[in-house]
Amino acid sequence: MKTVLSYLRPHARRVAVGISIKFTAAILELALPLLLAHIIDDCVPAGDLGAIRRAGLGMMVLAFGAAFCNITANRMAAWVSMEMTRDLRRDLYRRAQSLSCAQADRISLSSLVSRLTNDTYNVHQMFDKIQRGGIRAPMLVLGGLTLTALQAPLLGLVQLGACGLTFLAIALVTRRGIPHYTRAQEAVDTVVRILRENASGVRVIKAMACQGRERGRFEEASRAAQRAEETAGGIMAAANPLSDFLLNTGLVLVVAAGAVLVNAGWLASGQIVAFLSYFTLIQTATLGLAKLFVKLSKGVASARRIEEILLAPEDQPARPGVGRDGPELGMERVSFSYLGMEQDLEDASFTLNKGETLGILGPTGAGKTTLISLLLRLYDAGEGVVWVGGRDVAGLDRTALGSRFGVVFQNEALLNDSVYENISFLRSLPREDVEAAAGTAQIGDFIRSLPEGLDTRVDIRGANLSGGQRQRLLIARALAARPGVLILDSADSALDYRTAANLYAALRRDFPGVTLVVVSERVAALQEADRILVLEEGRIAAQGSHAQLLKTNQRYRKMAELQMGGGLT
Amino acid sequence: MSKRLLPFLRPYAVRFLTLLGLLLAGNLLALAAPLLSGRAVDAIGVRAGGVDFPGVLRNCAGMLVCYALSSLLNYFTASRLIRLGQAVSHDLRKAAFDRVSELPVEYFDTHPAGDLISRVCYDVDTVNAAISTDLLQLGTSALTVAGSFLMLLLISPRLTLVFFVTVPLSTLLTRFQMKRIHPLFRRRSQALGALNGFTEERMNCRRSLRVYGVEDEDLSRFQVCNEAASRAYYEADRASAALGPSVNFINNLSLACISMFGALLYLRGGLTLGNLSSFVLYSRKFSGPIREAANLLSELQSSAAAAERVLDLLEEAPEPPDAPEAAEADRLRGDIRFESVTFGYDSARPVLRDFTVHIPAGSLVAVVGPTGAGKTTLVSLLLRFYEPQSGGISVDGVPIGAYRRDGLRRRLGLVLQDTWLFGGTIAENIAYGSPGAGREDVIAAAKAARIHRFISSLPEGYDTVLTDEGAGISKGQRQLLAIARCLLSDADIVILDEATSSVDTETEEAVGAAFQRLRQGRTCFVIAHRLSTIQGADRILVLDQGGAAEQGTHGELLAAGGIYAALYAAQTWKHG
Repeated sequence: MKTVLSYLRPHARRVAVGISIKFTAAILELALPLLLAHIIDDCVPAGDLGAIRRAGLGMMVLAFGAAFCNITANRMAAWVSMEMTRDLRRDLYRRAQSLSCAQADRISLSSLVSRLTNDTYNVHQMFDKIQRGGIRAPMLVLGGLTLTALQAPLLGLVQLGACGLTFLAIALVTRRGIPHYTRAQEAVDTVVRILRENASGVRVIKAMACQGRERGRFEEASRAAQRAEETAGGIMAAANPLSDFLLNTGLVLVVAAGAVLVNAGWLASGQIVAFLSYFTLIQTATLGLAKLFVKLSKGVASARRIEEILLAPEDQPARPGVGRDGPELGMERVSFSYLGMEQDLEDASFTLNKGETLGILGPTGAGKTTLISLLLRLYDAGEGVVWVGGRDVAGLDRTALGSRFGVVFQNEALLNDSVYENISFLRSLPREDVEAAAGTAQIGDFIRSLPEGLDTRVDIRGANLSGGQRQRLLIARALAARPGVLILDSADSALDYRTAANLYAALRRDFPGVTLVVVSERVAALQEADRILVLEEGRIAAQGSHAQLLKTNQRYRKMAELQMGGGLT
Repeated sequence: MSKRLLPFLRPYAVRFLTLLGLLLAGNLLALAAPLLSGRAVDAIGVRAGGVDFPGVLRNCAGMLVCYALSSLLNYFTASRLIRLGQAVSHDLRKAAFDRVSELPVEYFDTHPAGDLISRVCYDVDTVNAAISTDLLQLGTSALTVAGSFLMLLLISPRLTLVFFVTVPLSTLLTRFQMKRIHPLFRRRSQALGALNGFTEERMNCRRSLRVYGVEDEDLSRFQVCNEAASRAYYEADRASAALGPSVNFINNLSLACISMFGALLYLRGGLTLGNLSSFVLYSRKFSGPIREAANLLSELQSSAAAAERVLDLLEEAPEPPDAPEAAEADRLRGDIRFESVTFGYDSARPVLRDFTVHIPAGSLVAVVGPTGAGKTTLVSLLLRFYEPQSGGISVDGVPIGAYRRDGLRRRLGLVLQDTWLFGGTIAENIAYGSPGAGREDVIAAAKAARIHRFISSLPEGYDTVLTDEGAGISKGQRQLLAIARCLLSDADIVILDEATSSVDTETEEAVGAAFQRLRQGRTCFVIAHRLSTIQGADRILVLDQGGAAEQGTHGELLAAGGIYAALYAAQTWKHG
């Protein structure tokens, strides 16, 4: 909670001013009945028409003042909560985007999204409520307690006890309630996840006519959220009646204790009556606070979920000076495991010189993408050294790595933005560079055929493009900034062979000095590589050039034959 | 609140009214207690040593009972109301999702998932707050207002005239402000939805953002959305900040008027002093709830805006319903005809032009062609994701529109280009679409799809739960899982849309054998780039520029020396 509340600090002055204004408003409003009493008690018996009119006008002025102050204070509160939430959301977004892949895997994307949306919304409401409702009520409680304590210290003690117990009860109930709100938020995460899945998987779900099943799944998740909210709400619902009861019991005790005191001659019974009227004042205010607490507990649960991200430890720090220099691109005895159980990559070693091409081939799940993720330092190798640009990646900070690469990932989604933006990808690249990259990526003609060319809008997840068009846009994105190292992870899977051949030819022509890493299932795409790695179950089973592997590796040879038909033999 | 919401509230009307009654009873009990406390004070008396202790105790006990009962009643009603609100929320979410599941594919191409989520989660939640707390408060307020008004009329009809000026005034003021505020709340919900859509999209490309080192630029784009959403929230908040205080102002104004006119009336002998003081007391009781209600109005405004967004979603046009006489596709032979079909996602730019093809039952047809030639579109049309602009498609001589849509889709076994996994166990993902399949069937399918070894290597095997739509599972593995899913289904027509594009050749060969078995007697429709996959097809269809450019067997097409021959040469490039 501390971190989230610290967003209040820059606005401390404004909040203080807002509170003072709210305070003034409360005093103005409390003064209204005094003038009223003045009219009834003093002016009316005296029959002073002028005084009545003056007092009446005075009331109107007070009413106007109170309204003015309240509106101003509320608006200031709204402004402050807006600024705080905006900054909190910005920092949360930045932190969420900078989490390491391992951290993000652990938290899961849908939970990250729901923290950025649902939870910041809850916190916004909490900020608002604290400022708007958190001033008047405590003021009245404290004021009331002081006044009664001055009048009759003994009875005041009874009342203080009752108030103390009430706050204890509220605190206990809230403490029990918050974890349930956390659970409720998690249930909402599931609802969010199923919605996301249904948006992204709509074609598969419809094709398999599984809408009924999805409805069932959603209903279950929605019911779970319903039950979790019910439990949390059920606990918090106790706060109001419980504090009501405790305060009222205090009231009964005041009467009983008062009876004893009056009997002993220590108290006049009229004082009890006065006391009771203050008591109601305090009671109303305390109940207002209890209500506030109920609303806060949801905000607190959300604030904690936000803090979990904000305070996540910095993963993968750059350790400058670490390690020795090596080849342009390479690995030495690298092992890595995603879950810390089975090795996903084991004892991998290879080297590649600047401007050379590395091909990677191997069955599904052999560790091709893992190897690339390590080169990009998306994950840190468990053992061994990874070199990029001659330096140990552990010593490079992220930006130094970033500008070096052009990458096409598998399963990458396009932006719901213009074709230009999808290629330029937030880098504000000149249009000529974007067009040139599109040309090399074999998508230039298609883009030119579009009615609005580069400014044509791409639908969500590129739904208005074919699989091959999407892939070529991603390739153009990777090329557009003319990277030193280009990594294509199965970037040709949706391309027909002629287009793929044209692509690789254009790459060689337009990017002669680039260090290229190509993962492909197609031997044709790899045969010109300087070095080809054949991966099997996380190990490099063989490496060498196309010609070498044809001779030495049974598996490679078989694959080449299968793909190229009679072309080899 | 929107009238369209009524159907969702109606089933709970009786419960709601009952709870309202109970709440009233609870409040009455709490009101009875002060009476008892008055008696207790009387029993204390004014004399030291003269306190009637049994009387004090009796009344104190009475008070305790009243308070205890009223607290219990209040707890009961409050927790029930929370349940009621949650029940309505669940109904709303369910109705929204039911509609979502009926929406045509196009809807999802143009509406971000984040916005959908924002409607179903955040907007429904806002409606819930209105139901479980605000409406109730309004209900009890209305009762108090009515009661006090009656008392006011009884005491002094003339003085009550003051309210005939101030109440309409505050109503007018409120209505005027609400009119201004309503669109602001609507904009607020929209801006929040847009922000959610953006967040959703950008979280999905975290890796690219990082690799290209554009996180700062991305953050500044996020800030644009964030700024807009925060602004919209503030604008609505700011406008509604005046609502409560201004109604309160008019209330205080009427108090001032009553004091003045009441005093004047008294001086003219039209009112006793006691009457004036109780009139003032009741008028405070009368305006108190109005003040509360005014504060609630802004919350109700935001709920109304949220409700509208949910209800708008409910009114989105679903896929057109099946014709009443639509046939159930029990068993299909698999004779497929496309008759001069023209279709484009954007009707001005057709992807398929006057396309005609006949796929005889039981044959294996391969579709090849450059990317963007319309191969996947063929599948989408057969699945009725989209309707052709002209021409028709028939299966077994019956237009596909005359089948029940789900029935037809169920008879098609598919592996689509978009592989999709959901957050469930691997076994559940494979058995998706084949609810009757047991664990052995699932394992057999996984073995045939050559993915069994991978699954077994996972710490929890088939019970491994996939998160984030199977993040961490490679594309090839995803494709193999999708193939296992298809092998398990009992389809009459098998459609493979680049089903093995990311799978290595060796595995593909092995999986091919499984498909050979599956293919027995079924029509098979294969879209692939790898010509090795295609060579054995009964017929190869070469798609180019929106039409069937060539048709024939591998040998015939090679001999013809057209597009296919060129594609084949590209594949065996350097060697061919």
